[in-house]
Amino acid sequence: MSSVAREWREIPGRYNLKGSKCPVCGKVYFPSRDLCPHCRRASIGKMEPYAVSREGEVYTFSVVHEAPECNNRQKPYVVAMIKTSDGIMISAQLVDVDPAEVKIGMSVRAVLRKLDADGESGVIHYGYKFVPKR
Amino acid sequence: MREVAIIGVGVTKFGELWNSSFRSIGIEAGLKAIADANLAGNEIDGMVLGNMSAGQFIKQKHIDALVADYSGMASNHIPCTRIEAGEASGGVAFRQGVMAVASGMQDYVVVAGAEKMTDMDDTSINSVLDTTADAEWEASMGLTFASLHAMIAQRMIHDGIATREEIASMSVNSHFHGALNPNAQFKKAIKLESVLYSSKVADPLGMFDCAPISDGAAAVVLCPLEYAKKHTDAYVKVSAVAQASDTLALFQRDDITSFMATKVAAKKAYEMAGITAKDISVAEIHDNYTVSGIMALEDLGFFERGKAGKAVLDGQVQVGAGKLAVNTSGGLKARGHPLGATGVAQIAEIADQLRNKADKRQVANAKYGLAQNVGGTGSAVTVSILEAI
Repeated sequence: MSSVAREWREIPGRYNLKGSKCPVCGKVYFPSRDLCPHCRRASIGKMEPYAVSREGEVYTFSVVHEAPECNNRQKPYVVAMIKTSDGIMISAQLVDVDPAEVKIGMSVRAVLRKLDADGESGVIHYGYKFVPKR
Repeated sequence: MREVAIIGVGVTKFGELWNSSFRSIGIEAGLKAIADANLAGNEIDGMVLGNMSAGQFIKQKHIDALVADYSGMASNHIPCTRIEAGEASGGVAFRQGVMAVASGMQDYVVVAGAEKMTDMDDTSINSVLDTTADAEWEASMGLTFASLHAMIAQRMIHDGIATREEIASMSVNSHFHGALNPNAQFKKAIKLESVLYSSKVADPLGMFDCAPISDGAAAVVLCPLEYAKKHTDAYVKVSAVAQASDTLALFQRDDITSFMATKVAAKKAYEMAGITAKDISVAEIHDNYTVSGIMALEDLGFFERGKAGKAVLDGQVQVGAGKLAVNTSGGLKARGHPLGATGVAQIAEIADQLRNKADKRQVANAKYGLAQNVGGTGSAVTVSILEAI
């Protein structure tokens, strides 16, 4: 069970794939960072918002058969590391697909979906998942 | 810096220890180690304790105070410090203990690792494991700790680094040795087919690719090398302890089929000990999942990239088979994996090998042994090298 604030402050990343860009070296990051690991102090206070591409391909994946309680209803479900078209890696679920048809290299795009909920009366978590690009 | 020795070793049985509480297993290992070192409790200057998640598993934090109290050390008022570094908690605790002795700050230090996992239900236990990954951007997205390793395996197979059978064979190797270790959770050899057709956890990994849920504790006693002989003839030298970090989330890495933190820690450790990978005769590596073990054998420099899987499948790393014996204790898979205890249990096994106290699984004439302990998906790694005297 997490607080509403913990969810709320991550909305730009979770809903809109907002990461950050270092204006010093030009590198882009997801999730957003307050400091560029390469430029460190030179980047503090200067990191800019960056919208990560919503399209990419499957870099690797797995079909989850043993799931935590909150995802039990969905299993088996597919998780994947997606390399977006601008070269950023993101881990997420891959949905609207037959697990047997998932392949490395498959083209996918981001969608907004319900992730899980903190019980019956708690916060409902939304965020990105990916679907095959048809 | 002073040179450091291990003069005592103590390990509990690993497994589902329904009759034992966290308090009792932690103390059992420590007392065994102190007795093995021929020391009296009053001679101990400090304790370091590796533990990952007592706060979640038994809803008890401040276990440093608990262990000091129940081991009778609270009346001596010596310092006890708890270390948490995911599943590398034990390895990092060992390094902290070695640094305390090497620096001259303390002379006799007990390093213990303990975890009591089975006081919680199975589903919740796995969710605790997931907390060593990135909670905000991996676990909360539905990725389990097993699935992160499964994705590594999937990519290794895709890139031709290892086959599914080669990856699975790591479990066969660990079980082969577990059958020889009276303290192991699983004392039974298994066939490759048992791994390949075990119930699915996260494709391509099945139940037999994954280390079990375990209770257990391990402890070692450290002192300056020059004092060791006063207490025992059965001591070993700590030749190196190295630790390295990497990103918390797996997806932030350039390469996921190799753990850079293992490579960096190994390089430092070999330099500190003045040896190379070829000098190691026995190694305990972090096979929390089979794929992690295969990766570790390459990252530690024992095999070239793409060669470790075949060597394991061919039985080359079994005790007595070749130049290097791997996970003679049974590894995390068969000895058991009480998270914070694992790193210290690895050190205990290597120390026993180098002291000729490993019974049926004894490696002949070993001079150097290595232990690799991993937290998260390669986010924190310790590599330690011990030397026979």
